[in-house]
Amino acid sequence: MRRRIFPLIGLAVFMMLPPLATWIGEPYLVSTFTRIVIFAIAAVTLDLLIGFGGMVSFGHAAFFGLGAYVSGIIAHHAAEQITLFGLPATDQALIIWPLAILVSAAAALVIGFLSLRTSGVHFIMITLAFAQMLYFLFVSMEKYGGDDGLMMLERNPLPGLDMSDDWSFYYLCLGLLAVVLFILGRLINARFGMVLRSIKQSGPRARSLGISSLAYRLTAFCIAGAGAGLAGALMANHNGFVSPALLHWTLSGDILIMVVLGGIGTLYGPVLGAVIFLALEEFLPLAFEGAGLPGFKEHWRVVFGPLLIVIVLFAKSGLYGFLLGKEAADV
Amino acid sequence: MLLFFEQLLNGVQLGVFLFLLAAGLTLIFGIMGVINLAHGSLYMAGAFASALALRLSGSFTLALIAAPLAAGLVGLAMEVIVIRRLYARDHLDQVLATFGLILFFNEIAAISFGRQPLFMNIPPALNSTVELLPGAPYPVYRLLIIIAGLLVAGLLYVLISRSRAGSLIRAGSTDQEMLSALGINVKMLFALVFAFGAMLAGFAGGLAGPLLSVEIGMGENILILTFVVIVIGGIGSIRGAFAGALLVGIADTLGRAFLPGLLKLMLPPAEADGIAAGLASMAIYILMAGILIWRPAGLFPPQGRSGA
Repeated sequence: MRRRIFPLIGLAVFMMLPPLATWIGEPYLVSTFTRIVIFAIAAVTLDLLIGFGGMVSFGHAAFFGLGAYVSGIIAHHAAEQITLFGLPATDQALIIWPLAILVSAAAALVIGFLSLRTSGVHFIMITLAFAQMLYFLFVSMEKYGGDDGLMMLERNPLPGLDMSDDWSFYYLCLGLLAVVLFILGRLINARFGMVLRSIKQSGPRARSLGISSLAYRLTAFCIAGAGAGLAGALMANHNGFVSPALLHWTLSGDILIMVVLGGIGTLYGPVLGAVIFLALEEFLPLAFEGAGLPGFKEHWRVVFGPLLIVIVLFAKSGLYGFLLGKEAADV
Repeated sequence: MLLFFEQLLNGVQLGVFLFLLAAGLTLIFGIMGVINLAHGSLYMAGAFASALALRLSGSFTLALIAAPLAAGLVGLAMEVIVIRRLYARDHLDQVLATFGLILFFNEIAAISFGRQPLFMNIPPALNSTVELLPGAPYPVYRLLIIIAGLLVAGLLYVLISRSRAGSLIRAGSTDQEMLSALGINVKMLFALVFAFGAMLAGFAGGLAGPLLSVEIGMGENILILTFVVIVIGGIGSIRGAFAGALLVGIADTLGRAFLPGLLKLMLPPAEADGIAAGLASMAIYILMAGILIWRPAGLFPPQGRSGA
């Protein structure tokens, strides 16, 4: 029962956030909420890999950053009116965002195909290695700002929507999160998801039943990469700026933490995880200041680090598991 | 040719340096099965301890003693408080908990030493060059690092393959239950091995002080390189860590030194520089991905374990 209500309550809360921010006189918070929603998209796609596919990828930021760079680079070409691969560049979101998704999915296909030859620690490390490769690739691309990154003049226009308006952009991201959750929810409960989970439980058993585990896991890897690419494109639009930091391995770590905080192997858990993680990042420094410990304001991580360890050690099922009890176990 | 020789030595120097870190990390993984992302923090602890000791005492020898001691103590505390609880957990938990440790140690360092990098001078006695080949002067300090690293590698080999402590360590990596049934305090053994790995990392940090700046985040950069090393070598194998460290050290150094020149033969100079810099940074990751695709368990996978 709680499982049914949970997403509806969540959606209602998310819908209410911008008016709430204005009401309490902190309208800039809409920007924080947008970040939360965008990272939630990245986190739920990573959970498809970790929670349902048993693939602990430590390079999810690669696809996130790639999506961001695709939209940044195309918009840059459009602004400077330079052709890209002989084609005129456009700044239309309806063209750029699908391209960002496609490029990330294609990268995930290649990286996944090579990485899935390994398992366990080696898989963690090889996904990390590929992400670092892409990181250094973008650092070295002087044409697109190298280390300093690339500015975007304005958000990619979308017909019928005023993209420069922060509220519209927030609701657009929220809508996309809902779409991603809907697709993943269908996928997880379809045959595809069942097979994926059976491979996670026992690879040899799935193989002996005649299932090609590589094909299923690679498909999941591509879907996750595509979702992260979408999130990256949104993040580029949100920040108006792309830089190699979006591909850095610590960001992969952050997304991983969101998944674990929320609850591995649950559909909505990672959304909660993104909320907690980014809210802590935003408000823990303020909380220290408010509590009369201004010295800790800058050093909030000194508390966050141990907090993370405690959560890992003692609260394995994440906040979603805590809220939903036994019901969280199934999807 | 002389330039190549010099760069090759630089590569070996980076290699033995990485080995000091990789040896501890691979030992810890091979025996306890823990991925310790916070190994870089121990290296940082060593570097800060040696910078502090140098400032207080003015003696570089004392600084080099302080580095492994401090890192060893930090490592011991880390094992007892956190790492010990991670032995039975899966790799994901280990990655996350030790990621939390990194955040903690970086902030502790920021609170105690500030965010400005500290600089250590190379002690005057070592701040000269020797001519190994006629016409090719080489800094004494770097040569010293190579010698120290090779010495440690040799000692480690003897320790692990010839001593009683080594046979306990090897036994621990094969069958812990049997070992504890034979009356060995496995908990204590693990804590000591962890502290020993931490001391090696701290020693590397102390040696690095004069070459690099001592700053927050220095651990993470080298940590990723170290992971590349042990994955290439085969996780859990000291021999593999040595081979992997030299391979990575040499590939990285030579790539940075010679790729720009090579690419300039083919591309316009302006583009070549950018691409070469990128390729040089990517070189070791390409090497690692290539080796894992070719041999998924690394070059020297440890024997007698099912790779789990």
